[in-house]
Amino acid sequence: MGVLTPTLTIENLTVQLPAGADRERAVQDVGFEIRAGELLCLVGESGSGKSIVAHTVMGLLPRQVRPIGGRVLLEGEDLLQASRLRLRQLRGVKMAMIFQEPMTALNPLMTCGAQIEEMLAQHTSLSGRDRRERVLKMLERVRLPEPEALRSAYPHQLSGGQRQRVMIAMALALAPALLIADEPTTALDVTTQAEILKLLRDLQRESQTAVLFITHDLGVVAEIADRIAVLRRGELVEAGPARELLARPQHAYTRMLLDSVPSLTPRRAPIDARGAIQVRTRKLTKVFDEHGWFRRRRRIAAAVDVELELRRGETLGLVGESGSGKSTVARMIAHLLEASAGSVEVDGAEVTHLKGRAVRGFRRKVQIVFQDPYRSLNPRRTVGWAIAEGPRNFGASKESAWRRACELMDLVRLSSAALHRFPDEFSGGQRQRICIARALAVEPEVLIADEAVSALDVSVQAQILRLLEEIQCRLQLTVLFITHDLRVAAQICNRIAVMHRGRIVEQGAASTVFREPKHEYTRTLLAAAPGREIRFKTEVEA
Amino acid sequence: MNTATQELVLQPTAEAAPARPGALARAARNWSVRIGAVALVLLALVSICAPWIASADPTLLDPANRDLLPGARVTLTMSDGSTVSHVFRMGTDSFGRDLLSRVLYGARISLFVGAAVAVLSVCTGLLLGLFSGYLRRVDKVLMRVMDGLMAIPSILLAVSLVALWSASLGSVIAALSIPEVPRVVRLVRSLVLSIREEPYVEAAISVGTRTVSLLFSHVLPNSLAPLIVQGTYVCASAILGEAILGFLGLGIPPEVPTWGNLMAEGRLQFNLYPHAVFFPGLFLTITVLAVNLLGDGLRDTLDPRFSRRGV
Repeated sequence: MGVLTPTLTIENLTVQLPAGADRERAVQDVGFEIRAGELLCLVGESGSGKSIVAHTVMGLLPRQVRPIGGRVLLEGEDLLQASRLRLRQLRGVKMAMIFQEPMTALNPLMTCGAQIEEMLAQHTSLSGRDRRERVLKMLERVRLPEPEALRSAYPHQLSGGQRQRVMIAMALALAPALLIADEPTTALDVTTQAEILKLLRDLQRESQTAVLFITHDLGVVAEIADRIAVLRRGELVEAGPARELLARPQHAYTRMLLDSVPSLTPRRAPIDARGAIQVRTRKLTKVFDEHGWFRRRRRIAAAVDVELELRRGETLGLVGESGSGKSTVARMIAHLLEASAGSVEVDGAEVTHLKGRAVRGFRRKVQIVFQDPYRSLNPRRTVGWAIAEGPRNFGASKESAWRRACELMDLVRLSSAALHRFPDEFSGGQRQRICIARALAVEPEVLIADEAVSALDVSVQAQILRLLEEIQCRLQLTVLFITHDLRVAAQICNRIAVMHRGRIVEQGAASTVFREPKHEYTRTLLAAAPGREIRFKTEVEA
Repeated sequence: MNTATQELVLQPTAEAAPARPGALARAARNWSVRIGAVALVLLALVSICAPWIASADPTLLDPANRDLLPGARVTLTMSDGSTVSHVFRMGTDSFGRDLLSRVLYGARISLFVGAAVAVLSVCTGLLLGLFSGYLRRVDKVLMRVMDGLMAIPSILLAVSLVALWSASLGSVIAALSIPEVPRVVRLVRSLVLSIREEPYVEAAISVGTRTVSLLFSHVLPNSLAPLIVQGTYVCASAILGEAILGFLGLGIPPEVPTWGNLMAEGRLQFNLYPHAVFFPGLFLTITVLAVNLLGDGLRDTLDPRFSRRGV
């Protein structure tokens, strides 16, 4: 085998979807190659077929989904023709895969060491002692602290990043020629993501592995790719060396994708500091007490002494990693969760301990949009019903509530004919528009967006952000925008508050926080944002 | 801004999820559902049409034609003196009553008891479960009562309840429903506990929806599918339970033809005339099988927890 033979060659791959799917073919005539030591990023939005390609290579497609054309050559061997036995021999040895969610990809009943060891036992004839030694060496290679101790730890005892490291150790245990990484950092926080990306890059350089890296995140792509292939609805749109493709995208779709990535430069100045304060929290604290009949009590402080001020008409970004307490704060302000201590004031009146009728009055003022567009609409109710529910709760007649729903659909740029449809007929972005319309239906003054764009593809995300800003200006809304994504925060927020382990560590004008972060944690967070070197053009422009 | 204008008109773009066929359409394509439903419809039709299909009064005693074997042809003398030739397709019992008519009339009782118990216990369980799952204070007390009820074997509970009351159709239905209620309550409660955490419920709370309408317009519609499935299982076990009570002589008065009563009567001469037990037993088996088939099919198609993965 010549040195120039690519490790993985995919030629004209076409994969058929079962009847009744949204399109006939998952991927159509896709072809690319990856050489040893090269990292190819397969980029695409959800539903573009990128995972199908990965699963085809690994021979892990569901039975109803069949490749019907093309070739997949791993070091010259056609995997589409290989028997199941042969595929099993190849998996782990010649090709390995790491997944998005390491918790579900690891066996919860086996220690991490045992899982890696099992790989070695399956495919090599090493003795027990040699295997254990190799395991230790692998755990060291993925830079896990105290490999001795971690070897006998169970997956649930590790953090997400550590679990992903164990997965990587397992995948690379037999030094495969090809490593497939399917959104390996999507479930991780930015700081952890940065570490894992660096680790993958280093290991790959070291061992000259060919890597097929699947992601939707162009920041990550800019960070690690040697070459890029862009997929759109199952078709290869464009492929080429990373730097060139990012700098001079040829295809309109690639350009659109790149243009949709929000830039890290804050765009909006803080609003006039003399404006009236609409929402203020004082020492807002939430403590969860975990207790059972036989267990000892455990206290978890989700939010501690949170002090926020929102002026009328401004957007305050609450930024932090998962578990930092952002959503807890949002829920306390929205009166969906009772505060343990401290208070929330809206328009100068304390609302922390409202009960009964008073709560309903408060609800008109503060509304919330949730993260998951697929679960925040009742699947058994039409869109119109969902939007009209709020006004009807507050005594509007059926007709006037429906009229209001029509106006709102107009506002979020959906046809009012869609009011009679059920949520499952809409895409994620459209659903999020509907959720915004529902929140606006009761004419609130404060809108809380809890990761409202995080589950969306970047092009859709850009649209929703634009829409939110437009609506905010038109209706003079006060917005509390919660996100883990610094890019998104930079685009929409006037001011930013950074949360870490339940506390606000820094607060200030967006431009100040981004340019001169004061707190150590803010600096780490900013440094970890993927793709900082590449300046993405911003579509959301003033 | 072209993307925005595009979306002004909502098109079924590829981006949008394809509309799935409705739950009923999916269920109707399942073979278990088809077979179970057809069998049940046939049984129901037969039981409703019993007066026209069955050729004799099920309670008419005829000492001259006792213990006839299936297919026996007999010449009957009518009250006006004329004679008619009659075939007892399932034979007669030890009082000379036509077994075919008794089995068909028995289907009425069985199906009615099954349906009534299912509806009654599902409705009661639904109400209790909804409140138990949503209102924390009710929950603890109610669930301990349910645990207590579940600790008693359901058939023993039914036997003792029937023994308390006078034997009648109503008391049998009540006695069979009560032991089923805790299971339904548990199911509904577990569904409510998971549905109440859904963001759409939170969203409804935040637009000011009151608890009662929250339960009935958000939580209830989303827990119906598994509940219907549970209903079919309750129905099957009620049909069996009714037969058991009848067989033990505790259920509906023995002169009423029910499958349990028929088998209890036939038991005395089972060695000589097994057909008197065989036919009601056969019908009972087919009915319970049909209901269970229907339930399994519905579970496969309606209950998301069991729906097969894939596209």
